[in-house]
Amino acid sequence: MATKLPPTDAVVVGLGWAGAIIANQLVDAGLKVVGVERGPWRDTAKDFNIASVTDELRYAQRQELMLRTAQNTITMRNTPSQTALPMRQWGSFHPGNGTGGAGNHWAGITFRFQPEEFRLRSHLEERYGADSIPDELSLQDWGTDWDEMEPFYDAFEKVAGTSGRAGQLTSGQQDGGNPFEGARSSDYPTPPLRQTYAPTLFADTAREMGYTPFPVPSSLVSETYTNPLGVTMGPCTFCGFCTNYGCANYSKASAITTVLPALIRKENFEARTHCEVLEVTTDSGGRRATGIVYVDSAGRRWEQPAEIVIVAAFTFENVRLMLTSNIGEAYDPATRRGTTGRNYAYQTANNVQLFFDDKNFNPFIGGGAVGMGIDDFNNDNFDHAGLGFFGGGSTRVTPIGAAPINARPTPPGTPRWGSNWKRATVDNYASTMSIGCEASNYSSPNNYLSLDPTYRDRLGRPLLRITFDFTENDLRMAQYVTEKTAEIARRMNPRQIVANPRTGPWDGRPYQSSHVVGGFVMGADPGTSSVNKYLQVWGVPNLFVVGASAFPQNPGYNPTGTVGALAFKAADAIVNRYLRNPGEMIA
Amino acid sequence: MSNKQDAAPSGGLTRRELLGSSAALLIGASAPGAAQALTFRDTPEWKPLANVAVEPVDENAGWQFFTEEEAATVEAIVERLIPADALSMSGKEAGCTVFIDRQLAGAYGDSERLYMHGPFQEGTPEQGDQSPLTPQQRYRIGLSALDDHCRNEHGAAFAELADEQRDQVLTQLEENEIALGDIDSQVFFEIVLQNTMEGFFADPLYGGNRDMVSWKMLGFPGARYDYRDYVERHNEDLGLEPVSIGGRPDWQAQG
Repeated sequence: MATKLPPTDAVVVGLGWAGAIIANQLVDAGLKVVGVERGPWRDTAKDFNIASVTDELRYAQRQELMLRTAQNTITMRNTPSQTALPMRQWGSFHPGNGTGGAGNHWAGITFRFQPEEFRLRSHLEERYGADSIPDELSLQDWGTDWDEMEPFYDAFEKVAGTSGRAGQLTSGQQDGGNPFEGARSSDYPTPPLRQTYAPTLFADTAREMGYTPFPVPSSLVSETYTNPLGVTMGPCTFCGFCTNYGCANYSKASAITTVLPALIRKENFEARTHCEVLEVTTDSGGRRATGIVYVDSAGRRWEQPAEIVIVAAFTFENVRLMLTSNIGEAYDPATRRGTTGRNYAYQTANNVQLFFDDKNFNPFIGGGAVGMGIDDFNNDNFDHAGLGFFGGGSTRVTPIGAAPINARPTPPGTPRWGSNWKRATVDNYASTMSIGCEASNYSSPNNYLSLDPTYRDRLGRPLLRITFDFTENDLRMAQYVTEKTAEIARRMNPRQIVANPRTGPWDGRPYQSSHVVGGFVMGADPGTSSVNKYLQVWGVPNLFVVGASAFPQNPGYNPTGTVGALAFKAADAIVNRYLRNPGEMIA
Repeated sequence: MSNKQDAAPSGGLTRRELLGSSAALLIGASAPGAAQALTFRDTPEWKPLANVAVEPVDENAGWQFFTEEEAATVEAIVERLIPADALSMSGKEAGCTVFIDRQLAGAYGDSERLYMHGPFQEGTPEQGDQSPLTPQQRYRIGLSALDDHCRNEHGAAFAELADEQRDQVLTQLEENEIALGDIDSQVFFEIVLQNTMEGFFADPLYGGNRDMVSWKMLGFPGARYDYRDYVERHNEDLGLEPVSIGGRPDWQAQG
């Protein structure tokens, strides 16, 4: 039995990027807000101290900042006919835990999705014909558009202090930025980061080939910056302990470096940590959320009633919570009915390695979002007529650091131990670079999320089950964009290149990307989406589910900028529409 | 936690505040070291360095997990995985066995942080490691089976074989040409290879990578955190001496 607590105006599940942003906006609007977080309270000075954070074994190998699979994991299979098995240690992706969530150990790459993305199905049908989208893809529009999204991207970048250079401003085009981006109302809050050798060499070559390189937009700030909440960040020092690590320098934006230090001081906000939410409760008709039930670390259950419930955890937990709370109808791939769990998608990660004899890249200098990229082969920036696929990828060089338990590139065929292994490891350590191509992943009817029938977490709840494989569309796209990337690599004239296009089946073992999206998607049609463009759940108007779980498919970009924008968008809708007239904002 | 801490003044980090609910009285003390449910308001109390302590491994403390015999076998393996040559000392001399022993004796050794609920069943390769064996069990079973194999096939324990013979046996393990009985030989080989490399390349804090030998060998400067002066010095040997989390020998007071 859960003990009932006094009611609050709003309860927020998860204090990563999305939850912290929404909580802050609602508190500023005068609401009393309780934030509930399954992991610990995290603080830069205590948890990511500069004297101890540079520890590859602790953070990259033993995954100290990540959710422990003992607490919660997923099961996985490639097709609906297989038996899903648990991911016993994280491989393909790295879910986070604690305040800040995966936004503490992220890379910091902060793209805005392009205007066409928000109406992708309509766009492709207009450009390539009404019948051009193959049956294996369940692409759909987001139910919103660029003009509605742009102010919220702007708000997120200003909170994060994002560094970069605009290519398209509403006032006109600008050299040095990304020519393919949607028109921006303002330039980046901080100027681009300086670049190490590998991205510089890549950008020079790409430019010679007629492409348009630009600094990767980065929420590693390039200079001292004070955000609109009054929180100050320090410039990135290129320490190379970035992705998989917390930032010791207050340079990498996360909820704990940009939002929570201000929010926690506000009278109407309270954070409860080490409390795992079990259920969103609803009234007898299922038309209204009444609050949440959570369990604390002593195993006691509490019911927190609230007027508004906001679920803003990682994609996996957002969807599992909706399934265990019976919100919406669970998706069935056989009938294609139901929306909860529908349109799960991922990222198609490709790369090309370049082995040189005569270069020293000093690969230990870098950061998760230091680098140069091109978008000439991303999304629908090139003509897909006759290519046999849609989509593309962000081609870029981002030296994230080179701590050597993991960063020891050697050419294929090199022994894995012994003197010859050691020789090759030493010879290639400083003289190897790689070009990544982080490509789109388009949703498909057989890729979905559901509850596992067998495996349970430590609290006895079913694990979330992922059924996923790469589509023919995405595998053809991977071959194409990787070959385009290899053309640039060859032009750079290394001794050897090794192209690694993503191939199937999806493999849960090697790290690829934590960009898991969909499963509770946004749209204009309640038959194919779970939330409307305000992230409000269809039919349960005081429940909002916010995060990458709302993406109907995934473009060739990192998701966090859009997660932040959607959080601001939902908060704006709650404050400026819902509170004035509580109910369905779209009938 | 004591009641006194429960009643810590507002503004700090406090035990759950239950907004006046009498249910507060029902909360019992958790096991020492267990995560505590906490409520945060206003400025959280700042405890400098509260969560940073990784105690440096005491190399002279004796084996914490391995038996003497097991340790001798591991020494004989890591000495061949990372042999001494012109580039560096061996994995044995660098402390890889001490590293592995201390890792096995800690949270890593019994898979404390991992999902270890059954049913355990064989899956596709893409579904990853489904073995119910913890790292401790993998070593205990694997090392014993390896010595049994070597005694049967080569007439001596692994540690007593010549270098070339040891290399040959390791290659057979890697290529799954030896049956070890209760553990898959590749599962055993992979964990030993992974842990050996971790020990050789991790911070010396953990007992391997003696004198930062692998970092010097690669030119990795270690636990540095500020390269602003070097970012734009392209294609240049920066000559940076490595630093570990514990500092550098020449920083210690002499005499």
